Amino acid sequence: MRTVDVAKITEAVAKLCVDACCYLSEDIYEALVKGKETEESPLGRDVLGQIIENADIARNESRPMCQDTGMTVVFIEIGQEVQLVGGSLEEAINAGVAKGYTEGYLRKSVVGEPLFERKNTNDNTPAVIHYQLVPGDKVKIKLAPKGFGSENKSGLKMLVPADGVDGVKKVVLETMLHAGENPCPPVVIGVGIGGTMEKAAILSKKALLRDIRQRNAHPAYAKLEEELLELVNKTGIGPQLGGTTTALAVNVEWYPTHIAGLPVAVNISCHATRHAEVEL
Amino acid sequence: MTEKIRITTPLTEEMSRKLKAGDSVLITGTIYSARDAAHKVMTEALARGEKLPVDLANQIVYYLGPTPAKPGDPIGSAGPTTSGRMDAYTPALLEATGLKGMIGKGSRSPAVVEAMKKHGVTYFAAVGGAAALIAKSIKKYEVLAYPELGPEAVAALTVVDFPAIVVIDAEGNNFYEEGQKPYRRL
Repeated sequence: MRTVDVAKITEAVAKLCVDACCYLSEDIYEALVKGKETEESPLGRDVLGQIIENADIARNESRPMCQDTGMTVVFIEIGQEVQLVGGSLEEAINAGVAKGYTEGYLRKSVVGEPLFERKNTNDNTPAVIHYQLVPGDKVKIKLAPKGFGSENKSGLKMLVPADGVDGVKKVVLETMLHAGENPCPPVVIGVGIGGTMEKAAILSKKALLRDIRQRNAHPAYAKLEEELLELVNKTGIGPQLGGTTTALAVNVEWYPTHIAGLPVAVNISCHATRHAEVEL
Repeated sequence: MTEKIRITTPLTEEMSRKLKAGDSVLITGTIYSARDAAHKVMTEALARGEKLPVDLANQIVYYLGPTPAKPGDPIGSAGPTTSGRMDAYTPALLEATGLKGMIGKGSRSPAVVEAMKKHGVTYFAAVGGAAALIAKSIKKYEVLAYPELGPEAVAALTVVDFPAIVVIDAEGNNFYEEGQKPYRRL
């Protein structure tokens, strides 16, 4: 057994919070630059130019790209041969979030109870944490601060098998049309297909963590990703004020499902689509 | 790009009614931040017949909850939030205060557009997610009311050449619709 002190996880999470919020990943940056070259609308090109300039300022001055530094979503893969020592893993992750958001001058955007009191917890905790046990002796943390301008425009539909590919395309298109310019396009769209209701939703979130230059390993899903991107870019929404660059990528993840079902979840993410990861 | 129109606050109804959907503007002067929680408490205060802590007559409200300022900076990152969440409160606020401008991102409800036409109000959009860039035009951030709301407090912002676009003018013309239509190929 390899031992990992949870204090190391706290430190890693704190750093990932700041990194994800301030430094736009290379895949998204490249797509924005390419989008500016291919965008048909002059105003759309101007908006893309401002978004790129914003990412440059954020990187050079270590500032958050967006004032909505999100609710912190953590995917943690724990090797079965790892023994975690030094305290509770959940507390360690949340301590990392509190440290990252406080010391990194990130906005605290979490309320402790959603319906009645809605009081800010003042340290951005708790995070939404997804745990996975995997073979090996490593701990891998993927962190994605999720802003709610785009999260609010996401959706889930329980299709029936007869709805098929066309049904999936319709759900993605309608979700984007309903979202319009609100989620800060050009967006990245994560689509989860299959599983159960909650599995599809988690897959759609996980899809947003994949490098947008990589297509799904399954050829039919890779083709679907290309077709969905083309479709979404015909909506005219563009970079907020109209144009042909509505989405930078559509990433699809899938899972086996029930004979009677075809769950489809669509998680929309803004032009920053923040994510950072580390292996311990 | 078309030439930018310079606006200095306060924004009178006469000035507001001259602005047209699609105009690019640079705003200088004082604007006021308020978002979800501040709209809720202000609307509740008005319903109780109380006076608001800030006089919003002929002023511009910015739907903003900034990140904390780093030492030596006036403000952290400061881009617009989604305006639609303020729609439930906006008609009453326009009616009661004489507010003449709003800055945010995204569409507004038909009820808000009707209230804007009635009171001669302009709705501006700033580029969503360009928060580090936008912060460069904000020179001072001073919390005026509801400090307990943290990033949602009502604050006075001193801005110089704050970049925005008129997306819904006081006649109800919608630049989102006009801008997106030519590229819709479904």
